[in-house]
Amino acid sequence: MSRAGALALKQPPEFEQAAPRAVPAAPVIAARGLSLTYTTADGPVHALSNVDLAVAPGEFVSFIGPSGCGKTTLLRCVADLEQPTGGELTVNGVGAEAARLRRDYGFVFQAPALYPWRTIARNVALPLEIFGVPRAERRERVAHYLDLVQLSGFANKFPWQLSGGMQQRASIARALCFDPKLLLMDEPFGALDEIVRDHLNAQLLELWRKTAKTVLFVTHSIPEAVYLSTRVVVMSPRPGRIIDIVDCTALGRERPLEIRESPEFLRLGQRVREGLRAGHAYDA
Amino acid sequence: MGVVLALLAGWYLAALFGNWNGAADALARAGAIPDAEKIAAATMAQERPVVPAPHQVVSELWRSIVGMPLGSKRSLLTHAWVTLSATLVGFAIGSLLGIALAVAIVHLRSVEASLMPWIVASQTVPILAVAPIIIVALGAAGLTGLLPKAVIAAYLCFFPVTVGMVKGLNAPDRIQRDLMRTYSASRGQILVRLRWPAALPYLFASLKIAVAASLVGTIVAELPTGTQAGLGARLLAGSYYGQTIQIWAALFAAAALSALLVQGIGLAEAATARALGARPAGRVPRSAR
Repeated sequence: MSRAGALALKQPPEFEQAAPRAVPAAPVIAARGLSLTYTTADGPVHALSNVDLAVAPGEFVSFIGPSGCGKTTLLRCVADLEQPTGGELTVNGVGAEAARLRRDYGFVFQAPALYPWRTIARNVALPLEIFGVPRAERRERVAHYLDLVQLSGFANKFPWQLSGGMQQRASIARALCFDPKLLLMDEPFGALDEIVRDHLNAQLLELWRKTAKTVLFVTHSIPEAVYLSTRVVVMSPRPGRIIDIVDCTALGRERPLEIRESPEFLRLGQRVREGLRAGHAYDA
Repeated sequence: MGVVLALLAGWYLAALFGNWNGAADALARAGAIPDAEKIAAATMAQERPVVPAPHQVVSELWRSIVGMPLGSKRSLLTHAWVTLSATLVGFAIGSLLGIALAVAIVHLRSVEASLMPWIVASQTVPILAVAPIIIVALGAAGLTGLLPKAVIAAYLCFFPVTVGMVKGLNAPDRIQRDLMRTYSASRGQILVRLRWPAALPYLFASLKIAVAASLVGTIVAELPTGTQAGLGARLLAGSYYGQTIQIWAALFAAAALSALLVQGIGLAEAATARALGARPAGRVPRSAR
């Protein structure tokens, strides 16, 4: 896998400047000077302020930061669920809206958002129905992706019959079933307990290795971010901006759960934590 | 059970006291010396009591349901069927109209602002005043019989369906609408796949109200126009000729019909819920991990 693209950082002076590297031919996400300002009754709220980012194909990029730092807003801008008020953003070479209309990405929300009146199989098939995929192919894809998330036996159950972790796995299957190039995940495991979370992290990593997708993943958890990613983007609260980008490729591609006790892992986690703390120091 | 017994006891007491004076007068006119026991017995068996006793109503019901041939003008079942058919047609028209209005309101912002005041105003006009006007107008256009009654029934029942469905169609939360946006689904697809199934519980709740309102509308439509058939006609005939027992029997028939219709909607709701994966009440969700 080729290494990460150029890093254009807006950093506080005490952090080292990373040496800029050559951008590969087609970054999946390219953001330049991206800003989003809400006008509210109390004055403007700078959700995002001058964010520069390039994501290469096949990367797993996590966004971490305290609440209100704009990481979810950034993800939603990529998904064209929010419109930026300044700067440029291209997704797969086209604007965010064009990418959405082309169905270039799958989105996994914080809650499973499954329809309670549909079985799991029909829930996973929802995007395929909307896109007009013929029935035989729908059935095939649903079976394949349910197998991928290890929910094969639950195709005809209703969401209320599944636990929270299983429902989230179903929603991941739904996001993947139409084979998007990009997977956007907004704190998908936030509502789950530690043990289920560990298991799902390992499964997600396995899935990423098998499907070679580009993943943008928003999280609150430092170990989760370092464990899953090739790069961790540390963000600070309003105005939302990037404090640091931590390269985690040194951990390798095969990552058993035990790697979380290794010194390299702890060092990277420490660096992320420092970035978060520095971000707070700038809090108004 | 206790409630039923208490109600029956109260009813008998009401019959006793309500009919007392009338029974006493009747006995006096017949020349007998009225004593308490005789009067009491007479209150329970008057031909035109002020308050019919329960057993009188029951025997009248039995007589007019079982004792009369079907299709005859004296059979309660015939009248009930006339009312029921108009109710069902009116309910169908009103529900479809209500659903169509709700879909329009949810999708076209201008519809809500322009139509809603008129719709609300239409519901505040007393139906008893409007019904004869509608019937005469439709009669002049050549439409008589079932249709004018169905129109009035529809008029009364579309509003709860509209209000309920607007709420139901707007029920899906932000996350589900965002999900549809990520698929760039068209508004039609969102309506069919998300809004409609989400609105079904609200629909059935509104339909129960609507079917009862529809029955009321039909009976009201039958009252002021001197129609010959239907429960409303039966009520009217009873009041013209002082047949209070007949009135009460017709009332009970109407109430029973209403209960049956609402139960029918409830059964449809239960069947739909089962097919659409509703969680059975009282069960703890299964957790496989």
